[in-house]
This record gives sequence, C-alpha cells and structure tokens, in this order.
Amino acid sequence: MSFALKDAQVEKDIFAKRAYLAAFFVFLLVCVLAARMSYLQVTQYDLYASKSENNRVQLKPVEPIRGLIFDRNGVLLAENLPSHSLTIVPERVKDMEQTLALIDVLVGITAEQKESFLKKVSSYRRPYEAIPLKYRLSETEIAKISVNNYFLPGVQVEAELVRHYPMGEHFAHVLGYVGQMNEREKKKFDPIQYKATRRIGKIGIERYYEAELHGQVGYQKVETNAQGRILKVLEKQSPIPGKNLILNLDARLQKAAMEAFDGRRGSLVAMDPKTGGVLAMVSSPAFDPNLFVNGISYKDYNALRDSLDVPLFDRATRGQYPPGSTMKPFIGLGFLESGVTTWEEEIADPGWYMLENDERVYRDWKRDGHGEHIDLRHAIIQSCDTYFYEMSFRTGIDRLHPFLSRFGFGQNTGLDIGNALPALLPDRDWKKKYRGRSWYAGDTLNLGLGQGYMLATPLQLATAMNVFAAKGQWHRAKLVQLIDGIPLEEETRPENVVLKDPTNWDRMDNAMEGVIQHYLGTAKGLRKNLKYRLAGKTGTAQVVGIKQNEEYDSEALLERQRDHALFVSFAPIDDPKIAVASVVENGESAGSTAAPIAKIVMDKFINEAPSTRGFAYEN
Amino acid sequence: MAGDFIRQLDDSSMSRGKSLLQRLNIDLTMLCLLLLLCVGGLFILYSASGQNMGMVYRQMVYFGLGFFIIFVLAQIDPRWFQMAAPWMYAIGIIALILVLLVGVGAKGAQRWLSVFGLFRFQPSEVMKLVTPMMVAWYLSSKLLPPKLNTIAMVLVLIFLPALLIFKQPDLGTALLVSSAGIFVLLFAGLSSRWIMLAIVTVLAVAPIMWYGVMHDYQKQRVLTFLDPESDPLGAGWNIIQSKTAIGSGGVEGKGYLQGTQSQLEFLPERHTDFIIAVYAEEHGLIGVMILLALYMAIVMRGIYMASRGRDTFSRLFAGALVVTFFIYVFVNIGMVSGILPVVGVPLPLISYGGTSIVTLMGAFGVIMSVYMHRRV
Repeated sequence: MSFALKDAQVEKDIFAKRAYLAAFFVFLLVCVLAARMSYLQVTQYDLYASKSENNRVQLKPVEPIRGLIFDRNGVLLAENLPSHSLTIVPERVKDMEQTLALIDVLVGITAEQKESFLKKVSSYRRPYEAIPLKYRLSETEIAKISVNNYFLPGVQVEAELVRHYPMGEHFAHVLGYVGQMNEREKKKFDPIQYKATRRIGKIGIERYYEAELHGQVGYQKVETNAQGRILKVLEKQSPIPGKNLILNLDARLQKAAMEAFDGRRGSLVAMDPKTGGVLAMVSSPAFDPNLFVNGISYKDYNALRDSLDVPLFDRATRGQYPPGSTMKPFIGLGFLESGVTTWEEEIADPGWYMLENDERVYRDWKRDGHGEHIDLRHAIIQSCDTYFYEMSFRTGIDRLHPFLSRFGFGQNTGLDIGNALPALLPDRDWKKKYRGRSWYAGDTLNLGLGQGYMLATPLQLATAMNVFAAKGQWHRAKLVQLIDGIPLEEETRPENVVLKDPTNWDRMDNAMEGVIQHYLGTAKGLRKNLKYRLAGKTGTAQVVGIKQNEEYDSEALLERQRDHALFVSFAPIDDPKIAVASVVENGESAGSTAAPIAKIVMDKFINEAPSTRGFAYEN
Repeated sequence: MAGDFIRQLDDSSMSRGKSLLQRLNIDLTMLCLLLLLCVGGLFILYSASGQNMGMVYRQMVYFGLGFFIIFVLAQIDPRWFQMAAPWMYAIGIIALILVLLVGVGAKGAQRWLSVFGLFRFQPSEVMKLVTPMMVAWYLSSKLLPPKLNTIAMVLVLIFLPALLIFKQPDLGTALLVSSAGIFVLLFAGLSSRWIMLAIVTVLAVAPIMWYGVMHDYQKQRVLTFLDPESDPLGAGWNIIQSKTAIGSGGVEGKGYLQGTQSQLEFLPERHTDFIIAVYAEEHGLIGVMILLALYMAIVMRGIYMASRGRDTFSRLFAGALVVTFFIYVFVNIGMVSGILPVVGVPLPLISYGGTSIVTLMGAFGVIMSVYMHRRV
C-alpha cells in the first residue's frame, strides 16, 4: 500500500466530491434549525408567548390594612407600624445552607429563627411564596442585605405593616393580639381574602372582630424578574382597609386599674348601666401583647406559661370565683320578691345557724353574731350570714335560682365577648346530673351566701351589678361602641328584671350605701374623700375548705390559700354612671383590697373629665 | 523544490497586480462575512449582557486579538503547519495529561493549565485545531481513500486526546475534538460502508457509556434533554426558559433590548451559551433566518476556500475546520432550541468569551492561509 503512488488529482477529486456532500449536509442541517425555529416561533408562538407573559407578570395579592382600634375617648389602642422583615423565596435559592450562613454573618439569625423558617419551608405552602426569616430589621441590617443582594438570590427585604399595641399590657386580655396564622387556621379563612394575610386575631377583640378588622384583599399585576423582584406595577386594585373600632373601654380606667392591682392577682370589670358598654376590663397580672405579633420566643412564652400567677389567663371572663357575699343584694331582693320577709322583719343572730334534723352548724363570719336586731338593711351593711341562712331556707332553691338567673348568673350574656365562661348557678337538676345527689336544704344555705357550688366570673358580677344599678333594665355587656362609626346593634337582650315593688331597688341601694357610710359597714374605709354617692357590697370567697369547729387563722395560711376578696358597686346612686366588680385573689379583706381598687376606677371615671385629645386618625 | 521556486516566482510576479488584501493573504469575502458576524454579535451581546458596555469592550478586544491571529496565520504557508503537526500534537497530548495531573479548574472539572503562574490556557481548546491538523498530516502521506489500518491509526490519533479531554471531564469539547478529526477522515474519502459501521457502533457503545463512563451530571443533562419538564426548577429550567424566549419572539421579535425573558433574567447563561435565545426573542424568526443565512454563507465560502487548497493536507485540514465551525453553530442552536442535549457549546463569534473566539479565529486564519497559498 505504501508503495502505491499517491495521485494528487484523485485526492483532489475525492475532496471535491466530499465538499459537495458537506455543503449539502450543511444546507440540510441549516434547514433543520430553520424548521425548528419556525416551529417554536410560529407554530407554538401562542403557547410560548403566554408562558413568557406568565413568567413576567404575576398577580400579587395585597394585604388590606387592618382596622385601627380606639378607646371611647379616641386613644389609639391598636395601630399598624411599618416594619421590615427578611424573607426568602426558597425556589430561587440555589444553596439554602450557604444563603442562611451568609445572612447569619450579615445580620445574625438565631437558631430559633432558622428552625422556624426551615419548618415553614418544608411544610405545605404555595410555591414561590416568600417566607419570613427575620423580623424588625434595623436600618443597618436592611443596608447590609441590600448591598449583598447579588450574593443572595431569592432573599428580599419586605416592608409590611405590623400590628402594635401602644398601651401594652393594659389591654392585653381584652384587646387580645394578632399572631401568625398557622396551617389549621389558614383552612378556616377565605383563601382569597386571606391570600396576602399573615396574621390574624388570636384572642380578645382582635379575634372576635377579625372579620371587621381584616378588610378586603387587593391585588397588583406586577412585572417581576427571575429573582422575583418587582420591577413594575402594571395594574392595581387597592385593598379595602379593615373597619376601625371605637370601644366602650376607657384607657384611663384600664391604666388606673392595672396600676391599682400593682401586679396582684385579680380582675376588675366596669360597665355603663345606661348602655352595657364595658368601661374597663382588666385581668392582672397581664403580659405585653406585642410579644406575640411576630411570634413569641420560647423563652418568653415559657416564662409566661410557667408563672404561678398565670398571666396568660383572662380572669375577667374566665376566672370563676365563688361570689360570696357580693350576692347578698341580689339574693336579698329575691327574699323580698318571694315574700318570705320584709324590710322591717328583724332576726336575732347568735353567730350561727342550724337546720332541723341537721347537726351541721352554719357559722356567721362574725363569731359572736351581729346582735338581736338584724333586719335586711343591716344584713347587707354588716354582711350578716345568719340572716341570709334563715331567709334562704325560707325562700328555697326553687324560688332563689330563677330569680338569680334573671341577673345573668350561670349564663353568657355578653354581646361581643368571645370565650367568656358561663360559670355556674346551681339548681336541683344540675346537682342531680353532675353530683348525682339530690339538692339538700344546706345547699340552699350555701347558695344564699354565694358559696357552695356557685361560681361567677367578674364579668358576670359586673353585668348583674349593672342591671341592678339600672333598676332591672338589661343591657348586654359590649366592648365595641362603633364599627366604622356605626353603633353596635343589640338585637336581643334578656328580659328586664321587674320587681313587684319597685321601691325595693331604692331601699337596696340605700342599704348598699350603708356598706360604705354606716359605721358598721364592711367597706367603710371608702368614705374618705368620696365625692359621690356610692353603693357597694363586699364579699369573700374561701379558697380552702374550713372544717367544722376549725378557726380561720389567716396568719397560718399561706398567702395563696387566703380568701379571695370581692367587691361589687355602682355610682352615683342618683344617676348611675358606672358599675364595677372587682376581685383580688387571696386579698382576704374585701374592704381594704377589692373595694379601694374599684373606688380608684370610679373616681377616675366620675371625677375626671377625659382629655380632649384623640381620634387623630379619624377624618 | 524547483516547483516551489517557480510557484514563489509566480506569486511574486503576480503580486504586482494584487490588491492590498491579497498581498496580506486575506480573502475579502470571508473577511467581510466575519466582520458582519462579529459586529452583529457585539450588538446582540450588548442586549444579552444586560447592556453591560464593559463586557462589550472586552469582547471587542477578543475580536481584535482574533483578527490579529487571522492575519498572522494567513501569512504562514500551510507546509509549516504540516511540518509542525506531529510536534504540536505531541505537545498537546502532554499538556492534556498535565491538566489531569496538575490542572486547575472550576465546577468540578479540571480544564486549565497554569503556565508558571503567568497565564492559564486550556489545552483542550488548542486540540480542536491540532487534532484535525494531525489527522490531516497523517492521511496526507497515505493512499486515499484510506484503508482499514490507516483508519484504525486515525481513530487512535482522534480518541487519545478525546479520551483525555473527556476525563477532565468535558464531554462537549471531547465530542467536538473527535468530530473535527472524523471530518478529516470523511473529506479523505472514507467509504460509506465504514460510515454505516460507525453509526451502528455508536448505537451499540451508547449504553456502555451510559452505565460505565458518564458522570452523574452528564447523565442528568441527557435526562433533562429527553424530558425538560421533569425538573422545571432544576436542570430543566434552562431549556424551558430558552424555548420560551425563542417561541415568544414570534416572527418579528419583541424588539431590540425588549426581550422580557432575557432582560428580566429568566434566561440563564444568556450572554454565553444561550445567547441565541436572546437574539431569537428580540428579533424573531426573521432575525434567526438572517443569522442562519450568514452562518451558511461563511461555511459555504469556507468549504470553497478549503477545496481550493494546494495539497491534500491543506484541503483536509481546512475542510475539517470549516465543518467543525458549522457543527458549533448547529449544536449550539440545536441545544438552545431543544433538539439536542445541553453540552455547553458557545455560539461561534457571538457568545461572550475569549477562548472560543481565539480558537475559531485561529481556524479561519488557517483557512485563509490554505486559500491564499493555493496553486494558481
């Protein structure tokens, strides 16, 4: 082969042939490319044009601005402040670990934030949804993230309005707070209206009025780049802001009450007898609701949860206490109404009471009794237990229960108060059903003192006192006065309490004034500096059972085992403006604990005109 | 020797009537076509880079260097290439081995060789020129059309560098180097019987490559090519977005700098491998047809120039380079439009990047040299 002669002309001819072949194939392949491009650009143009448009244009829901909440004088209680948070679109991130590490170097993220973020990433969610990693960025942090934007694809700083409660713990329970929606909650709300919403009302007014406060979602048609950054707004439908609420609550009273409790456990509810508007509703100790808005840290939450004072517990609506002697004005009216006694009848009080065929001795709180001449007025003023034992026995449960229930005991009568407990007004059926025993006469005696099985919440006591102050006129308790300027409708209300002898209202008022004004009155300490006519009634509720013949020795009892102190009152007697129920847990002596707190609140409301500031946000 | 003397005499005597370009051994037609492509490429790059003038200036420098290389190589008689071929091939193979031993690289592949820390170069890129040069050198001394043992030797010459490049790993370049060598064989008159046999062999070897030799990321590319929708956010993203860009361009295109896919960064590697998608989106089918026509004109002119070569070596070498240039175009547009797997081949003279420009212009320098040193 190697000896064969190379023929230049043959080789040139071979090449020429092959060159033609090559040119032909080149032409063929160019045609293939041209055909492919035509297929994409002509045949499939519509498909890819819309794909490209969908790439570029996104419909972004816009969260409506949550309604503001004001107190009755226009003091802002819940507002929306701008806040910057760091969010990540996981789909745009190439290396999540590396991205988080870089963010940690730049602005610092806690293990908790990271864990919560990764949990959200791995749980069910919409693709391309920005997931928050860190809230409340400072100006410096925003700058650091912005400068390093190039290295952080998918990471963005989002400005949003975040709920803020300027009055902090003063309104913690009653106003409640908003918090992040969890997966379970997301299913409960309209997926369209809540598309852009991250936080919902979790407790209190924020929860009850979620529908009003939320508003209606808007949307933006935006042009974004591949990193999801918005470049242009093409079309816009503005969201409709939530409705503003004006409450019946008075920030001055909330503050005064919280300060009066000074961290002691207890609750105070004040209402307007003319409307049923709740003027103050306090549960002490409280917490800072702002902690919950962006998700409370485990540390803070555990501290609140594990505190012996249970600050997260709303005592005003869910705290169930034996109302004790604060029931006496209501029960006393019940005696008169059932005709078992009159204002004139007097009984002798040896300091104890016994039923026939019963060995049990029912003791008066005053060991030696209140004397030979105790009528209803003095039974109220001095809180004589023996009188109430006797008359309760005469009245009987079948007359006492229906009468007391007309004041709302054992029921939830609030108009817009979510989560309140009905507590307990016992009767024969209840005992049979839940205790499996018949009703004994002794049970009636206990009920006659607001003890035994009976339980009431501070809200119920205040509501009953409110009806009492309005001489039987019912108004359901309501926190909100106006929703976007429209008054809250009270469509139904319990039947008014009508007495056979309406003068009994005034005479009972008079007896209750004696509680403060009479030298034997159990709250006579309130007389000092009293500028209006005040009616009140003290009560104590046993925390631990005292056995027969055992002396109550407060010194020996631990602080948390002492009696609860309660006080119900209203003022002024001639023209009632405010009715108050207050409870101081383990306060022992109502006259020196629960009553003064109530007086501070009433003084504030009756003696001091509200400042003219407020409604700055209203047009 | 005498013939050479006469030819030189001829050349010098003829040069009196020659234009300046002819004197500089430059083919005016090819030069104009290349200039047109490069200038157009700069405009496309300006849009594809997100109007980054810095990138355009750098690309202009690469083009300047490229045309300088054309001028230099055009002055060299093809005989010098023929003489240098075995030596350059040997040096290239050594360099490829060194790359595997001490090379530097990025993204898990070693492709670069650092020369005394002064500059870095990519031996595999040089092999795109040297491998066909070597095969042409070898075949030019053999009787053509080639016999079986000649073919066997040629295959060894081709697959030695291809295998070394594949090991880096760089499948795309390995395939291009191989095809450049194979084209020499085809131009040398490889019989159609062998061509058929080769196709059958490739089909048989493919499964072995898949299970035994290919890296995971290479397999992933093939899988993604077969079904891009299966991984729309990962490996399939590129091809889905590039098809969307091309398709949404329609017949007339969205207008210069108006391509939303490219300008809004949906398109990945838009200034390098996927630049045709930017062009197709903004200039539509009309623009694409003009570009394809320009490429075809360059290739046709190139084949003509190669066929006018003085000797077998010149023709084989230049012819293989021209067809390889076209293969670049075909593979790039094919992969971006979704009819070929994504193998990482730039669009000749339009994609951003100095290395490929230098290599391609080197090839055109050789083609100029072959054409201008033809027998008159």
